[in-house]
Amino acid sequence: MSVMTYREALNLALREEMRRDPRVFLIGEEIGLYDGAYKVTQGLLKEFGERRVVDTPICESGFTGVAVGAAMLGLRPVVEMMTFNFAILALDQIVNSAAKLYYMSGGQYNVPMVIRGPGGPAHQLAAQHSQSMEVYFYHVPGLKVVRPSTPRDAKGLLKSAIRDDNPVIFIESETLYGIKGEVPDDPEFTIPLGKAEIRREGTDVTVFAYMGMMYRALEVAEELAKEGISCEVVDPRTLRPMDIETMIGSVRKTHRVVVVEAGAGFAGMGSEISAFVTENAFDDLDAPVERVTGANAPMPYARNLEQAKTPSKEKIMAAIRRVCGA
Amino acid sequence: MAQTKTLTPATKIDAELARRLLSQMLLIRRFEERAAEMYALGKIGGFLHLYIGEEAVGVGATSVLRPDDYVISAYREHGHCLAKGSDPRRMMAELFGRRDGLSKGKGGSMHLFDKSKNFLGGHAIVGAHLPLAAGAAFAIKYQGGDQVVLCYFGDGAVPQGEFHESMNLAALWKLPVVYVCENNRYAMGTAIHRALAQTEIWRYAETYGMAGEAVDGMDVLAVRDVVGRAVERCRREQAPALIEARTYRFRGHSMRDPSAAVYRTKEEVEREKERDPIRLFRARCLKDGTLTEAEVRAIEKEMNDLVDEAVAFADASPEPPLEWLTEDVYKESTP
Repeated sequence: MSVMTYREALNLALREEMRRDPRVFLIGEEIGLYDGAYKVTQGLLKEFGERRVVDTPICESGFTGVAVGAAMLGLRPVVEMMTFNFAILALDQIVNSAAKLYYMSGGQYNVPMVIRGPGGPAHQLAAQHSQSMEVYFYHVPGLKVVRPSTPRDAKGLLKSAIRDDNPVIFIESETLYGIKGEVPDDPEFTIPLGKAEIRREGTDVTVFAYMGMMYRALEVAEELAKEGISCEVVDPRTLRPMDIETMIGSVRKTHRVVVVEAGAGFAGMGSEISAFVTENAFDDLDAPVERVTGANAPMPYARNLEQAKTPSKEKIMAAIRRVCGA
Repeated sequence: MAQTKTLTPATKIDAELARRLLSQMLLIRRFEERAAEMYALGKIGGFLHLYIGEEAVGVGATSVLRPDDYVISAYREHGHCLAKGSDPRRMMAELFGRRDGLSKGKGGSMHLFDKSKNFLGGHAIVGAHLPLAAGAAFAIKYQGGDQVVLCYFGDGAVPQGEFHESMNLAALWKLPVVYVCENNRYAMGTAIHRALAQTEIWRYAETYGMAGEAVDGMDVLAVRDVVGRAVERCRREQAPALIEARTYRFRGHSMRDPSAAVYRTKEEVEREKERDPIRLFRARCLKDGTLTEAEVRAIEKEMNDLVDEAVAFADASPEPPLEWLTEDVYKESTP
């Protein structure tokens, strides 16, 4: 076990998988010579050379399509989106090519690739560079979608994503790259996709949250514990496929649910979780499911407005108190 | 002025080659004619884009490839798939949406794939398969192979960003891919001069610093010659090329555009039919004595029989079982 940053954990996962499998290569903007816009790929060009760390010009659709074509022939590309906002330029390649080739070829061509990079709210980057992007992808059959909240998860889930035979959308966060945590040293350590993690055990209410919102929910849980409200914080980690079993298991234990998400609420992850909780555990619920979501507006630049855009601790706390009747 | 090459060699062409080229063009023509009939009968649904009139391009270009080379195409791909050697029975079954189809009935006319023939598929978002072709070529180079990728697309893909992104990447990274633009002069109903500031498509090659040439796409030998040289150079030097094959589609854009009368005149279509690639090649083979009338008639009958067999096979093939609906969405990983 070593203590390292989230960024270092990602770097280690890439390094280990490239050592393990010669079919794995990296492709994206500024990942080689520049060492990565957020330094996730630092030092990899030096170790693996230009053949396997491929700097591209700015053409997201073009280089994502190149990765899809290479994957059809059996390579295992890891595409870096400098930020996930730019993945919209490659949305056709992701949705119409990567996600569907296996199906529409009748199982002849699978696409083993990872598309990774930071997404979600960042610090004063404004509307086009600060938004929750997972919603654009988890609706699509054929894609898997991962949001890793801790350094340990970043390493273990990225390794599983690279070894997966399907296209995996792997969205990191600018705001988490610097956080530190314990990470297993074993190069064979992986975390399977599709497994939720109970971050804090509790008995009164289940709070579903991931990435920055997960940490905020943990702070709230700590404070509410002093008032005698026991929160169970569950991190889905993989949004598609989602670990419904673990999540429903928690609901059956606590009978109350609050979903926290940074993105705008309309048709967001909270909508989906509310729906399947209602379908699977309606009789177990003691209160309606509450959603605490980002405002239904683009991300503003002004610091005060930006803070108001994402769910605050106070809003999360209020929602928990409401469902607990406290 | 474009360098449109039309070969008229003084010597007779090889009879075996002539037989092969004529057979494939006739097979495609007959396949497409029968597909149109089956569409009218309701056996085939959705969009159906016929290759009639353009056979010399797919047949001539694919004829220079090795079996381990790759071909990728757009949605007017029946001809390319047949030319790459796929089984017409399984292709027709795919058009019928049946379980013995190449893609298990899940792809249809626009999504034929045949891994056993290195046919990387029919892709139906205009321009989107051009980066995929570059990616396949990237993989060949990465693995140290000497195969090439042949990528067919229409003039309608040229204004798309992905055409330009792909040309740039292929040239920048020296990828073994030959892009063959089938310029049939209409992107659906939009004539080329209404779509492109530069209508001499082969000239985009100059912009990206790669080899480029235009060829008479109605002359199967000329296509074979021009693409043959491009493929040879591509294999030797891992250098991409852009070939513009000037052709014409005799039918509408799809079966939903049967008359194609809004955007082009009847006179134009009749005039272009004078350049029918099959008629020209057959006449030439007969004239120079490469093939006899009897031989040509035998080939015609053989191809008709193959297509009849394909239709019968497709008709007899069952519908895919309902449990296939949710299969092949994700591949089970073996960690």
